[in-house]
Amino acid sequence: MVPLKRVEKEMKECVKCGVCRAHCPVFTELGREPAVARGKVALARAILSGRIKPDARTYADMSKCLLCGNCVQKCPNDVPTDEIVVAARETLAQLRGLTSFHKALRQILKNRIIMRIGAFIAAIVSPLVMRKVPGSSGLRLRFPLPFISGGRFIPKIASKPFMSRHPVIIPGEAEKPRILFFAGCMINFIYPEVGDAAVALLGGVGCTVIIPEEQQCCGLPAMSGGDVATFRELAEKNLAALEKYQADYIVTACASCGGALHGYYPAVIGKAYPELAGRCRAVAAKAVDAVSLLKILGFKPGKGVADAGIRMTYHDPCHLRRRNSTKEPRELLRGVPGGVFVEMEGADACCGLGGTFNLYHYGTSMAINARKSAAILKSGAEIVLTGCPGCMLQLNDGLQQKGIKTRVAHILELLARTVR
Amino acid sequence: MLASHIISQLESIVGKGNIALEQQDLICYSYDATQMEFLPDAVVYPANAAEVSLVIEMANAETIPVFPRGAGSGFSGGSLPKGGGIVLVTTRMNKIIRIDTDNLIAVVEPGVITGDLQQEVEKLGLFYPPDPASLKFSTLGGNVAECAGGPRAVKYGVTRDYVLGLEVVLPTGDIIKTGGETMKGVVGYDLTRLICGSEGTLGVITSITLKLLPLPETKKTMLALFSSIDGAARAVSAIISGKIIPSTLEFMDRTAIQCVMTHSQMDIPEAAGALLIIEVDGDHDLVARQSERIHELIRHLDLISFRSARDEAEAEELWAARRRVSPSLRRVNPHKINEDIVVPRSKVPEIISRIDAIREKYSIPVVNFGHAGDGNIHVNIMIDKEIPGEEEKAGLALRELIEATLELGGTISGEHGVGLSKAPYIAMELNPSQIATMQAIKKALDPNNILNPGKIFPAD
Repeated sequence: MVPLKRVEKEMKECVKCGVCRAHCPVFTELGREPAVARGKVALARAILSGRIKPDARTYADMSKCLLCGNCVQKCPNDVPTDEIVVAARETLAQLRGLTSFHKALRQILKNRIIMRIGAFIAAIVSPLVMRKVPGSSGLRLRFPLPFISGGRFIPKIASKPFMSRHPVIIPGEAEKPRILFFAGCMINFIYPEVGDAAVALLGGVGCTVIIPEEQQCCGLPAMSGGDVATFRELAEKNLAALEKYQADYIVTACASCGGALHGYYPAVIGKAYPELAGRCRAVAAKAVDAVSLLKILGFKPGKGVADAGIRMTYHDPCHLRRRNSTKEPRELLRGVPGGVFVEMEGADACCGLGGTFNLYHYGTSMAINARKSAAILKSGAEIVLTGCPGCMLQLNDGLQQKGIKTRVAHILELLARTVR
Repeated sequence: MLASHIISQLESIVGKGNIALEQQDLICYSYDATQMEFLPDAVVYPANAAEVSLVIEMANAETIPVFPRGAGSGFSGGSLPKGGGIVLVTTRMNKIIRIDTDNLIAVVEPGVITGDLQQEVEKLGLFYPPDPASLKFSTLGGNVAECAGGPRAVKYGVTRDYVLGLEVVLPTGDIIKTGGETMKGVVGYDLTRLICGSEGTLGVITSITLKLLPLPETKKTMLALFSSIDGAARAVSAIISGKIIPSTLEFMDRTAIQCVMTHSQMDIPEAAGALLIIEVDGDHDLVARQSERIHELIRHLDLISFRSARDEAEAEELWAARRRVSPSLRRVNPHKINEDIVVPRSKVPEIISRIDAIREKYSIPVVNFGHAGDGNIHVNIMIDKEIPGEEEKAGLALRELIEATLELGGTISGEHGVGLSKAPYIAMELNPSQIATMQAIKKALDPNNILNPGKIFPAD
């Protein structure tokens, strides 16, 4: 079956009212109708009906979506344009073949041993281990990958992945919840300290923390590239890894992984592979963001922040905004003794990363990001907190390129410091 | 398909990057909020009046139809390229040229988003009242061309009431200025008013001079729930005849409420058969006095509850819900016959009961909401065209609705325009000499009928 068939009914629910024109970061930059949700839905219908060819132009149109979901949240008819775009990309990939980048990505993501060691990614990125290289430095090479141009902020690969730093089961108090921690690639390989903070904080409120050893990449990059088959393979392995343990919650500290487990597993895999729908729903029902769970469990920030009087602001990752997990981080930050929380303009606007969108449309991605950097600067905050390692990467890239000194950190890192 | 010499001329006028010809582009400029679709042959994005003028001049010489388009959010098909031709998109012309705080005017390009201008002038303590539900994405050029209204029209009037002057590219390519920046002006015919609401058939608007007001000191947003639709309709009449003009007096019937509730935090009981969103603005004393007086005027009219929004955020939530009504009616049925009739304000209860009778006679879902305070009701006949006979039945119901509206001294469109959707019905409202007068104007300005042809007047 053509993947677009599975969203045929949803596509018909778009009444072309134009509300999405006010809420699409990509359209705001590009200004043309094929970039906005209403246009995407019209084009997806045209692919399905054969009115347009699955040619390079159609592929380019469908690639211009961050999957940020803002249009979905604002749509009067709840048209799931993100799911429609994924189905369109999947359809195009079937008709056209996966693009070379996604073929490479697919191999990386599927190979569990490679993922575990991180060697392959490290091998790709090692020439780029140049965090905070000054702009004047000759080390800012044209990077050897076609999609990474000079001048980008590239994080370094952790010397020891998160998963190797902790035992599988870290016992807590008997009456307190048992939680499964789903780390995801960014935390495992690039920001393990975020995972460490999550483990410490959840342990600190008494949870038994289990880090299922067979967990994989959540699959979101594959899904966003239209490779729903790989997404399914990864999801199935994750379902099995998570089902192995009894637990009250499945916790993520990466908003994107959380978005996959909580949203896209049931919405995309559940629809494309109905035989997995029940298992996807079961995982989704237990999925919760670490910050929200801390709030539920009554966590209160301690007094341990070294730099009292610090001005903090918060960037909402799209995948938390979509789950309405926007209040808890602010409540916790407001509770940091001695800290000052300031709201920035457009805090819930996408940072422009959009997973692989950033690789294909770096210019547009950074134009979207420039608005974010400007808002951060205007807020006067010394540190911007967020709930997604992907956003951290993008926020850092934007701020560093503009020479803005605001630090970027995961909110869990800050909260962990307050109780240390 | 346009001839290649036409395409190369267009390219030389707007630049290669500002013309779109691929099927993907054409599909994306084939629709508006009516869901009708007509493929254009080309889409151009001119940057200024000079480029618009050259495009139109060439199109006039070659007799190629040109269809001006803003955000493409219209409800009457006014921007649709029926029959093919060039879609001329004004959204690149999106600069606020200046806001003059001494004279209380703003000069803007046509592609400026209405809500963006409002935000900017409000930062300066000024106010641009027209507020169509599409204000966050529709353009001022489109608003002027359609003479958009909105909830605040009850007190503040419609777009036309704020347009002091225009720059317009005529269908021959000539650029003219109409009106000016003064508060008064009677030299010659009022071409500003003629262009305002002309639905893109007489010229392409390339600059707009708008009148601004001082921003009211405060406002108060109230939600009144009624057990019956009749109660709400009588409340509207009671408020107006009680000599209070609220800044908005919006109405939603039971189905409209249900359609937006799925998205809303509002707590509305099942028993609510209709609601009014009432806003009053001015200084604090006036606002307090008027809201009390309104409560008194309507309390005996099947009123279930009456409360004020706690803060700006709650008021905005109410308005967000109100603005979602129209698109969300898709939840009732896939196809919408979207009318925006107006009756004299005292006739609101009567038209509501007439609509009820039509709904029952044809047993067809009809959803009512809108700007009851100025007599403007959005009547939506919801059908599924795939069910045989539904469309015909809706056609009959529509005709009866129009007859009832006209009988009560009303008009068939308050703010959406005629476009394609209402063209078949204008002869019910306008007599042959009225139509002939309008057509004479059209012919004088657009002898080759190249600018937005096929709109307003029914095809012969």
